[in-house]
Amino acid sequence: MIEFANVSKTYGHTADAPKALDDVSLRIGSGELVVLIGGSGSGKSTLLKMINRMEQPDTGTVALDGQDMVHMPLRELRLRMGYVIQSVGLFPHWTVARNIGVVPTMLGWKPERIAARVTELLSLFDLDPTTYGPRYPHQLSGGQQQRVGVARALAGDPEVLLMDEPFGALDPLIRTALQDEVKRIHQASGKTIVMVTHDIDEALRLGTQIVLLEQGRIVQVGSPLALLSQPANKQVADFIGRSDVGIKLLSLQSAGSLARVEAPQSTPFLPASASLREAVSTLALHGCQSLNLLDDTGAHAGVLHATDLFNRRHTGSLPLSDDQGQHA
Amino acid sequence: MLKPRYAWLGDKLLWAVLLLAALVFGLPHSEALFASLFPQLERPVYRQEPFTQLLWQHVLLVGASGAAAVLVGTLAGIWVTRPAGRAFRPVLETLVSMGQTLPPVAVLALAVPAVGFGELPALIALALYGLLPVVQGTITGLQAVAAPVLQAANGMGLSPWQRLRQVEGPLAMPVWLSGVRTSVIINIGTAAIASTVGAKTLGSPIIVGLSGFNTAYVLQGAVVVGMLAVVVDMGFERLARRVDWAH
Repeated sequence: MIEFANVSKTYGHTADAPKALDDVSLRIGSGELVVLIGGSGSGKSTLLKMINRMEQPDTGTVALDGQDMVHMPLRELRLRMGYVIQSVGLFPHWTVARNIGVVPTMLGWKPERIAARVTELLSLFDLDPTTYGPRYPHQLSGGQQQRVGVARALAGDPEVLLMDEPFGALDPLIRTALQDEVKRIHQASGKTIVMVTHDIDEALRLGTQIVLLEQGRIVQVGSPLALLSQPANKQVADFIGRSDVGIKLLSLQSAGSLARVEAPQSTPFLPASASLREAVSTLALHGCQSLNLLDDTGAHAGVLHATDLFNRRHTGSLPLSDDQGQHA
Repeated sequence: MLKPRYAWLGDKLLWAVLLLAALVFGLPHSEALFASLFPQLERPVYRQEPFTQLLWQHVLLVGASGAAAVLVGTLAGIWVTRPAGRAFRPVLETLVSMGQTLPPVAVLALAVPAVGFGELPALIALALYGLLPVVQGTITGLQAVAAPVLQAANGMGLSPWQRLRQVEGPLAMPVWLSGVRTSVIINIGTAAIASTVGAKTLGSPIIVGLSGFNTAYVLQGAVVVGMLAVVVDMGFERLARRVDWAH
């Protein structure tokens, strides 16, 4: 668990210098995927960097598992945390395998264990270990480099994974694929992940908790659903984007959740795990009223009717009222 | 294309070394050639010291002064790029470039009253003179390491020493090496002038020849110094290929 208590920070020494962080208190539970979001200058990146002490608070404390970080040896603290940055920062003179092995090497693992870990991580990110292990970073595409970047951050099996706008420089298709991978890793490993982004869709897609910051202050903390349905104020609503809140809400719920148990019809197919947003898109594309849903094995998993999507009775099943946002 | 077995025949460095050896061993036996080229000269081949000895002393002088320049210059360059020494960077850069502005003859002339004639003033002057390219190569190389690489290294928990040794050092190596290369090549030429203050080098035939109107001596000294510079430069080129991480 990571706990910020009354943290403030100012860059520069002039009296009128704006506060990067202004009396921020926040609790990040173990196993959460917390997304810090806000515009530029909101302090989201500074807040993240305080977790591995790349930045120090002027006042207030940051504690890891109840222990004030100031008293922890810096190196051991950082070895316990994976760190991913937007510009990746792979070591250009080392092979992919050696890059991934950096932290395990520093932790004193045996070479065979490091090699096994590298193979495991490359496979996890869909990179063939024998092909990509011996390559150099400049021989990889941007998306592959960031996959290696995330693999390197996970190599030492850290308790916490810190990601500073990890996918901001990637094209949308690759970004979505990597977001899926992070989500999968989070669900499979149960690691605490703290991610900074300015992309609200990324935040809604990945976060179990979203922390919205503005000018160094926390404006709202809550689940994606709470942020969409109960924005704390007009700023939050504006940031999320008022015009397509309905569509964004649909993206939080799976198509399978509204399936009717019926025999397959002569309509298009959609995986049951796809979001309602994708379902609407498919319905609009084909100009039809219903979709056949398929489960992971490709077997029939019910029928989704367009009327159910827009029927008050069903959209009412979105638990809008029982997950209130915590207002800061 | 040569067959792999004979690939060494295409090695330019090998041929340059052989040519240099042929020069220093062959010149004492080239009386007939230089006599025909310079018929007015009584003694057309330099014989005060053997060319092998002059070459050895030249290499020794450049090697010792170069080692000193590389050691001091590299350490100074590393120091001013660390947080502790950052404030001293402008001072250091001004100092070494001032050292470079003085002509080598002037540096030699200034060193003589301080330490007397012989090898020592030459050694001091050459070491000071070779400092600038090394310092600049070190600083430029270290500064060129991309910020994200350093941020990642710090964030992952590399200690400052690990970062320098495993990341910054290897990445700065090509630029650093080209600084060392410049320093050493300049000093091979400058060491020839060092014979004016009494150090025996390949410059000795040149100086003796200039003062005695013996063009043959000048030519012999110049050809050997030039060939030595070519050999060393080729050696550095080979080394540069080995430390180049950018493939």
